Amino acid sequence: MDSVYEALVEIVGPEHVSSQPEELFIYSWDLGTTEPHRPDYAVAPRTAEEIRKIVQLANKEKIPVVPLGGGLSLAGLAVPFKGGILLDLKRMDDIIEVNERARYALVECGVSQGKLTAYLERHHPHLTHSEPGAPPAATIAGNVVIHGQGDLAHPYGFNSDMINGLEVVTPTGEICQFGSCAIGAGWFTLHPLPDVGLFLGWTGTTGIITKVSLRLFPCKKIRGMAQFVVDDEDLVPEVFYKITHTQMVEDIMATSQAIPPFSSELHHFTINIAADSEKELEFKLEIVFDDTLGEYIHKGDGGYLGFIRGLERPQLSKTSDWRKGGGFEYVGSIMPIEQYPECYRRGKEISERHDIPYTVLARCIGTAHAMMFSWTYAFNRADPKTIEHAREALHETDDLALELGGTIWKPGLYGQRLVMEKLNPNTLELMRKIKQLLDPNGIMNPGNWEAQ
Amino acid sequence: MYALKYDEDTCLKCRTQDCLAKCQYIDIDKESAKKEILKIAHGEDSSVLHDCVTCYACEEYCSFNNHPFYLIVEKQEELDIPPLPRPIIKRGIKTGIPFRGEPTIEKINGRALLMGAFADLMHLIQGKLFEGLPVISTDPRKMFHYFCQLMYLHYARNSVIKERLPKIIKTIAEHEVTEVVCFHDECYGTYTSYCPAIGMEVPFTPVHFFEYLYNRLLELKKEIKPVKLKVAYQRPCSSRLSPDKHRFVQAIFDLIGAQTVEREYVDENALCCGGTMEGQRREGSRKRTADLRRKNIEDMKNAGAEVCVFNCPACYNTLGQMLVQSGIRPVFMSDLCRVAIGEKPEGWR
Repeated sequence: MDSVYEALVEIVGPEHVSSQPEELFIYSWDLGTTEPHRPDYAVAPRTAEEIRKIVQLANKEKIPVVPLGGGLSLAGLAVPFKGGILLDLKRMDDIIEVNERARYALVECGVSQGKLTAYLERHHPHLTHSEPGAPPAATIAGNVVIHGQGDLAHPYGFNSDMINGLEVVTPTGEICQFGSCAIGAGWFTLHPLPDVGLFLGWTGTTGIITKVSLRLFPCKKIRGMAQFVVDDEDLVPEVFYKITHTQMVEDIMATSQAIPPFSSELHHFTINIAADSEKELEFKLEIVFDDTLGEYIHKGDGGYLGFIRGLERPQLSKTSDWRKGGGFEYVGSIMPIEQYPECYRRGKEISERHDIPYTVLARCIGTAHAMMFSWTYAFNRADPKTIEHAREALHETDDLALELGGTIWKPGLYGQRLVMEKLNPNTLELMRKIKQLLDPNGIMNPGNWEAQ
Repeated sequence: MYALKYDEDTCLKCRTQDCLAKCQYIDIDKESAKKEILKIAHGEDSSVLHDCVTCYACEEYCSFNNHPFYLIVEKQEELDIPPLPRPIIKRGIKTGIPFRGEPTIEKINGRALLMGAFADLMHLIQGKLFEGLPVISTDPRKMFHYFCQLMYLHYARNSVIKERLPKIIKTIAEHEVTEVVCFHDECYGTYTSYCPAIGMEVPFTPVHFFEYLYNRLLELKKEIKPVKLKVAYQRPCSSRLSPDKHRFVQAIFDLIGAQTVEREYVDENALCCGGTMEGQRREGSRKRTADLRRKNIEDMKNAGAEVCVFNCPACYNTLGQMLVQSGIRPVFMSDLCRVAIGEKPEGWR
């Protein structure tokens, strides 16, 4: 019997370890175009203590550890490129605490977006979190670790800006806490202790987040979506700017896609508005659509398409599957909003070159401080040729994101290499030193952010 | 090729100018109304072309069947005075493009129910009322092959209707239908009002949905148990194209034991749902539409309506949520009829 397997069984019990090919097969893929790589073991721990022991074992045996949240990652972020232990964190799914008055939730790393949403709706209807457009099975921790954004990104920024505290198992097997929780207080703030900031955006290469304290926000009684449409991409940045100036809305996205035909070459804004009363709702609609966007409507350059009560979730992933075969992957970038027209035009060209119906989306982050702009490429999972087309388009788009002055959001290996080539050499060296210090044996999610 | 049958002399001889004088959305006296309609007929700019909310009602108000509404929208297009912003027009025109393959043509050789662009509402045509009635346009992916296109009157794009409609009529005719029961007023209005008005031939006999329901209910009369609900009816814009069929609303209510509440905004004086109005270019359209909807629903509420009955899915989508909030239940006519014969429509409690 394999000694690593036996040691893993000792830590988590036999029912939570597998080295069976049929089970490892599932963990070798993600939903995008990345080539599969099979892990040697799949393990589903229940506690941080078990993770600590697994990491110590991996150090001793010098084998990789790849943490996995909801398994919905694209771009190969949790594909075990060098085999090793695939750490499936879905069993760690307790919502430990919701503090109504201080507005935060303390959750284990396997808690999904859908679980927290449902829990808050049932038990704390006055609170909500910034939910990304991912399917409900995506995890809270997985999202913050990649600097995700959600439907409160306009007023409150990245989801990783909403962290009040973290618990992390380091690559050498220490359990650390960060924020007010680290001094035994509640999980109500990350500041003002010395900034460690080593675990976000590193794609699990510097440690495994086991608990997150996430800020919650007021949930108004009426939440819904208004739509506004323009046909000139050059108008999009100023519309974003004007809407954000009102400070009346929760989420602002602009989308354009080849299919269905009505959306082609048009730019639809989805604008989430929340209110506690009809009076408040009408006031906000008036400020946004009559006073602010009225000039476009009257001139005939922009159209108000109405307000629908209720938020439709998920949104982003639903629009991506326009091609037979059910595959899609996207390049996300964090970009100045003024680049929307160029992002749209150049992205459309790439799509057309690869015979893929174009799909682009921009979500406002902060008060127009930046946008997350994504280019989505659909492919047929059963057709290697279309997968290859999508992969080439994705790589071209990684190049484009940097060329247009943006940064790539949650880049895959190709994008990471591009970013590291452009990175300030001193910064890159510091990253290398940090990685070496934290993970001397290089066991954590190897392949990712490997600064040479 | 297709030209509107409009007679200027009829307007010159008209003493009422009901087409504009009765308009609920433009404040205009009889004298000015005559001037404006003639300006429009001569292809001159008119305030009416800018202020028209495209509610279709003037087609009903004109007792000479001289098509004032069709004239207004034709001139809006000719003079480039679109009622809606350009991006909404582009969006709307692209909406009707079939993009998921060709329709499957089954030969009917008789009467059929046409769902038009509402193939996703098949749940509204279930049960005994529709037994034995073949249905065409049942596939939501291909329903735009059956889309009557008349919606583009709201967009002042008659040219799009004239260009696409012959192909739609041809597709329907390929099913070898003799009578076509139109699920939506808009389709019925297209084939019985718009097509004759522009000289487009329709090779089948359209049947109004409510007329069909009424006759079918007569056949099932023994099974009817009065629904005993106080009802209001939300009249869709396109019913203005077939005012002779509007009587079937009351006839059905009488047959199924629904009590029509006394309202101000009813029949000829009915208010539009505002679906297209709120996005119009005319200053204040959104707010005016919000006020209009409040006024409409308040009127139903004050009259004691428990249920608001719809035929048009667009009206239902536009007003449904607001009605629920006001304690009035939105329901489609076909579902209400099903309740009357002891059936339980989807979602009915």
